[in-house]
Amino acid sequence: MAIGLHKSEFKNPVIRWVDARLPVFTMVQKEYGTFPTPRNFNYFWNFGALALVNLLIMMATGIFLAMNYTAHTGLAFDSVERIMRDVNYGWLLRYAHANGASMFFIVVYIHIFRNLYYGSYKAPRELLFMLGVVIFLLMMATAFMGYVLPWGQMSFWGATVITNLFSAIPFVGESIVTWLWGGFSVDNPTLNRFYSLHYLMPFLILGVVFLHVATLHITGSNNPLGIDPKGPQDTVPFHPYYTAKDSVGLVVYFIVFAVLVFFFPNVLGHADNYIPANPLVTPPHIVPEWYFLPFYAILRAVPDKLGGVVLMFGSIAILFVLPWLDTSPVRSMRFRPLARPFFIVWCVAFLVLLYVGGKPPEEPFVTIARVCTAYYFLYFLVILPLLGRLERPLPLPESIARPVLRGGGPLPAGAMSKPMEKA
Amino acid sequence: MPAFRSLRALVLGLGLMAGATPALAAGEGVSLPDTRFSFDGLFGHFDRASAQRGFQVYKEVCSGCHSMHLLSYRNLRQLGLSEAEVAGIAATVQVMDGPNDEGQMVERPGRASDRFKSPFPNEQAARAANNGAYPPDLSVITKAREGGADYIHALLMGYGDPPAGMQIADGMHYNKYFAGHQIAMPAPISSDGQVEYHDGTRATVDQMVTDVTQFLTWAAEPELEERKAMGVKIIIFLTILGGLAYAVKRKVWRDVH
Repeated sequence: MAIGLHKSEFKNPVIRWVDARLPVFTMVQKEYGTFPTPRNFNYFWNFGALALVNLLIMMATGIFLAMNYTAHTGLAFDSVERIMRDVNYGWLLRYAHANGASMFFIVVYIHIFRNLYYGSYKAPRELLFMLGVVIFLLMMATAFMGYVLPWGQMSFWGATVITNLFSAIPFVGESIVTWLWGGFSVDNPTLNRFYSLHYLMPFLILGVVFLHVATLHITGSNNPLGIDPKGPQDTVPFHPYYTAKDSVGLVVYFIVFAVLVFFFPNVLGHADNYIPANPLVTPPHIVPEWYFLPFYAILRAVPDKLGGVVLMFGSIAILFVLPWLDTSPVRSMRFRPLARPFFIVWCVAFLVLLYVGGKPPEEPFVTIARVCTAYYFLYFLVILPLLGRLERPLPLPESIARPVLRGGGPLPAGAMSKPMEKA
Repeated sequence: MPAFRSLRALVLGLGLMAGATPALAAGEGVSLPDTRFSFDGLFGHFDRASAQRGFQVYKEVCSGCHSMHLLSYRNLRQLGLSEAEVAGIAATVQVMDGPNDEGQMVERPGRASDRFKSPFPNEQAARAANNGAYPPDLSVITKAREGGADYIHALLMGYGDPPAGMQIADGMHYNKYFAGHQIAMPAPISSDGQVEYHDGTRATVDQMVTDVTQFLTWAAEPELEERKAMGVKIIIFLTILGGLAYAVKRKVWRDVH
């Protein structure tokens, strides 16, 4: 790279002066202005942008909540209610933050669904996908610790149950749990460290999001056809085409968000969390927040404690190797007549797990959870690897600009060879 | 014994995961009647006259055992009480304040800025006075129970004779809607005319229960009216914005499609 001032193409003298020394204007123009983007996105491609907006909303509301929150077991619950009553628009900040967490998971689950359906995780976007899984894990940790802060009954008992999962680790488990708690039960040191980490982790997420987007801008986006753009006729500049399309999705997202915040602010929460934490009284039914329920169901599906913990973490860890488990060179499920129904069933299994995770662990829910857990893993470990060899994909279109294939010829060489090198 | 304690917590935790809800199951069989309240729905608002009467019911009946420590007397202004009325209500209690310049704690009449005075100095005193049961704080009670206002209304109306064959423990009372059907609180609102309303409304049991539920809902969600009113405006705004955004998108994409 040559040393010296950047040759800016901006006319405005002030922008030009800055851009020559720090070419941020050129960068934004390149990455968000003229950035060539496949022209055939559907509305599923809104959800990455929505997730970023959601993250920023969480950080903005969180900063103001932190100004009025007290991280102490004796004061936390009342300080949250003081925010609701005495802080100007405190109720709006808190309900936006609490429901924002739910919205974040809704958005990210749809984003992940989009990824899996259209095979966006496949070469050359494996690292992009893995960074996304890292973001998802960080989000779960952040959300879990955030739910502890109001110090209600579910905060306390949820924290107790989840931190205790680490005691399943052989030999050092007990010591690790004591170390996590900063004591011998969930108590003031636990609350303080969770608060500190809850404030720190969004910034880590933001850092990984930056890497996620940077990686995306190397490979470019996948698209509903799952074939690579072959030239300018297949792409449009990001602005104004996708800024306009993302704006539509953003407004719809805000409408859903507003309905939750203004009319059903507590519908996704749990009534028990409006009872102050009491280590001596266990709530009759301890359940995590709804977005953890599929994984909670997997945990409970296994009769063995360590096995349950391993499967629960494994259910997410398996995503890291998904790009290599799926041996099919065809990305989009539109052209995979066998994989498509198997994947739809996987999605149903995930939703059923979400449902049974919130039910008491009794029949028939236990059996249902076991069947769905088995299918969850079977899909990744057996079905996908086999389908890559057994399935005969439908003919792929020649290009994005001409999606209708005349005659139905063989698979284009390009779509076939590249992923095969990886496999 | 740290190892033992964390082990116990673990067993407890896993036990809860494994065997949750038998306690809840008893109450779950009964579905709550859906009571129609003024604060329901998109344009919900508090019935101030009802909430004021409800405060009277709280003051004369509930506050003997139940605290509402998150509320201040000044909050009652929101229900339409005048500054003088609020000051008068606050002045009826004695509040411990201090230390003064001599280092002494002093009792003084309550002010509008004081929190609602709690009936008991601490949980132990509350339990000692109530046969071992702890009357919960009512500040956020409608948010802290599944079913919210419907549940509170149903619970207060749900006393009666136990079904034949059901044994009620000593000092407990049958309630159709309470989990397990045995509640330590005796029917708090049991006879017409128990409270003499200032505004002349006939104090039937149903009227008093409805009023106190209105008051407790306001206490738990004092922002409800402002929240719903803001929500209606924001959704109208977003709907229009969405229409515009879609029109812009159509125009931008016209040459591509």
